[in-house]
Amino acid sequence: MDSKRILVTGISHYWGGRLAQALERFPEVEVVIGVDNEEPNVELERTEYVKVGAQHALLRRVVEAAEIDTVVDTRLVVDSAVTSSSKAHENNVMGTMNILAACTGADSPVLKVVFKSSTHFYGCHQDDPAFFDETMRRPHPPRSGIEKDIVEAEASVNEFAERHPDTAVSILRFANVLGQDVETSHTRLFSLPMVPMVLGFDPGYQFVHEDDVVHALEHAVKHRVPGTFNVAGDGVLALSEVAGLLGKPYAPVLPPWGTGLATSVIRRLGVEIPPEALEQMRYGRGVDNRRFKASGFHYQHTSRETVIKLGEHLRVHPVVRGAQEPYRYEREVEEFLRWSPHVKNARDKSVTALSRDQLAELQRLLTSFADTTGMDLASEPGTDRAVEAERRAEAAEDAAREASKRAARAEKRARDEAAERARAAEERARQAEDRARKAEKHGRERAERAREAAARPRPSGRPVEHYDDLAAEEVIALLASLEHEDLQMLREYERDHANRARVLSAIESVLARGGSRV
Amino acid sequence: MREREPATAALVPAEELKAHLPGVEPERQLNDWGRSQRIEGIYDRTVAEFFYRYWFRAEVEGIENVPATGGALLVSNHSGALPPDAAMIAKAIREEHAHPRPVNITVEHFFKGYPGFSTLLPKIGCVPAHPANVHRLLYDEEQLVLVFPEGRKATEKLYKDRYRLRRFGRGGFVEAAMRARAPIVPVCVVGAEEAAPVFAQVGLMKRLTGLLYFPVTPTFPHFGLLGMAGYLPAKFKLRFLEPIEFEEEGMHEDKALVQTVAHEVRARIQENLWEMVAKRKSVWFG
Repeated sequence: MDSKRILVTGISHYWGGRLAQALERFPEVEVVIGVDNEEPNVELERTEYVKVGAQHALLRRVVEAAEIDTVVDTRLVVDSAVTSSSKAHENNVMGTMNILAACTGADSPVLKVVFKSSTHFYGCHQDDPAFFDETMRRPHPPRSGIEKDIVEAEASVNEFAERHPDTAVSILRFANVLGQDVETSHTRLFSLPMVPMVLGFDPGYQFVHEDDVVHALEHAVKHRVPGTFNVAGDGVLALSEVAGLLGKPYAPVLPPWGTGLATSVIRRLGVEIPPEALEQMRYGRGVDNRRFKASGFHYQHTSRETVIKLGEHLRVHPVVRGAQEPYRYEREVEEFLRWSPHVKNARDKSVTALSRDQLAELQRLLTSFADTTGMDLASEPGTDRAVEAERRAEAAEDAAREASKRAARAEKRARDEAAERARAAEERARQAEDRARKAEKHGRERAERAREAAARPRPSGRPVEHYDDLAAEEVIALLASLEHEDLQMLREYERDHANRARVLSAIESVLARGGSRV
Repeated sequence: MREREPATAALVPAEELKAHLPGVEPERQLNDWGRSQRIEGIYDRTVAEFFYRYWFRAEVEGIENVPATGGALLVSNHSGALPPDAAMIAKAIREEHAHPRPVNITVEHFFKGYPGFSTLLPKIGCVPAHPANVHRLLYDEEQLVLVFPEGRKATEKLYKDRYRLRRFGRGGFVEAAMRARAPIVPVCVVGAEEAAPVFAQVGLMKRLTGLLYFPVTPTFPHFGLLGMAGYLPAKFKLRFLEPIEFEEEGMHEDKALVQTVAHEVRARIQENLWEMVAKRKSVWFG
């Protein structure tokens, strides 16, 4: 894998999030940085999120600062039901230009750009070939806004590729995606009780499973596959066949003439059929997926299997809904589980043996914890001792390193000088090392002890915290909730410090009442 | 709008791509072209069987000229409002050939956009006549493809012009065969002109119905759309001529050669047609 430092755009959307999750798992990948306008909503282990949209100046600084070698652009909107056409245009055309601008320049560290596109690039027309391959142009200029966007966005990616012949630019054109997690116009249409069709038409459809989409992007990141590729599962299904696989009847509800009018009526009923999908329902589309296969990619699902999977999901979904709450990523909860000292269960807390970084983190947390509870941690001797021991351990380590270095030097000299001296030096070095190791061990033990001491709650002389800040009335209000021993202790404390008559008499009376109750 | 070729189109040898063709899923009723085993079977056993055996009483010569394996391009003359010749050629290969093979019949793109036809035609083995489709079928899938180079000009022609071949397009079919290095098998069909004679074309009605053409035949339009298939029982004779092979690579780039071969194919079909018509004693009994 030549991609080690990867920037993923659209991290807060489905594809960006899933790709980042997949890339994190590769140990060869050093850095995954996700950018988007919004917070990510999937669980991410080590992906760093930077809140930045498609502002090229900012992105470029991120790219250069992090020495990003691979940029994966997953943001393209390919379904006009998702957002308004002006927003889609802004995202698809202007956004792509800005992201490419962030990778431009002679000194740019970017070696690879992967662009997620769509087979909507080809459109759907009467005189289309049955299988589009990557070398074919669109036979007709695009009509719907989304198709225009895709063609324009790809044009700027191709222009970038021409100007940067050393950068591997991969454009992946995905066919209609289906899956249980992704939501598209087509998954919505297929989850209706009947599959709507245009009367007299039975178009060919090709699908790609959501997992295959992620794997395809992964493949383009892992390997160097410059060029444009169609990504679609094997097999072109007729829409009637799709309905059969889903186990649903098909309903030719749309008339062949005046389809647009009928669509607007259906929209009133709550079924949205975007224009690019409507064209597809008439003429269908197939693509030649062989070039991407030839680059070494293996599909896990054919079009048919993809539809069957969706059918299974649609059947089981109403049954398990509610019973099986899907995992939701809550950043605060994850942070708590990862970092809070109160998490005892080792499963939730991957911290077992504390490294130096983690010790520092713990130190930071303890300080902030102390800040919130009002404890004065700086005066705690335990923490001081921990830091001191840590420092000493470090010093011992340094000494050991110095000693071994000296030993090496001594060895070199020993070749010319007497062997005894060398042995002596070695012996001394080993002793030094031993001593250093002991010191280190001792230091670590002491640090451990000190940390334990620091974590243990310190017995306080006051039964009520912030007691000294409380007014007499407030103290009196609290008294009823205190135990007998605490009350006695409090009486001593009050007598020694503030010695307020009202408080003392109140304590006395509560004590007297408590006595009678017992 | 800027439109450019993909600057970095991945160049993979065509031979290698052949290995990556999608596998056949045996559970499927349809293939990737939309062809339905079930519907084609029903159609073949009923309509095609009836017309081939009893109505047109088809007679076939030279069926051995159709190769048993590999891609081959069948090139035929064409006629009739709803032409019966394509179905009869396909049926002849299914019935008479030693290794019956399915034939992919190329049809106008128009049918893909017309409701009803769009659903039905692919199911019984018709594919839109796009060069890319022909190439994939011939080269990658190594199948039989039937083309009518005259195209619409042939089905529009009137009864008085029968058996006179129209222009053979721009020779695109020869180019397709050369590119795929598949042989061309010329086919002559006699009888189709009389089975579905067209007496006139009504331009106004064509525009109103949105059809390709609006012919007046013995049964159409007065018997409605079905009248288009109301054929007269003429005797059908089919003759498959010797294949023309294209072994060399890159022949399709020579435009002059393409035109010469197209001309040659047309001349051979025309000669044989006239010979067959001359030998025919009766339109109805052969």
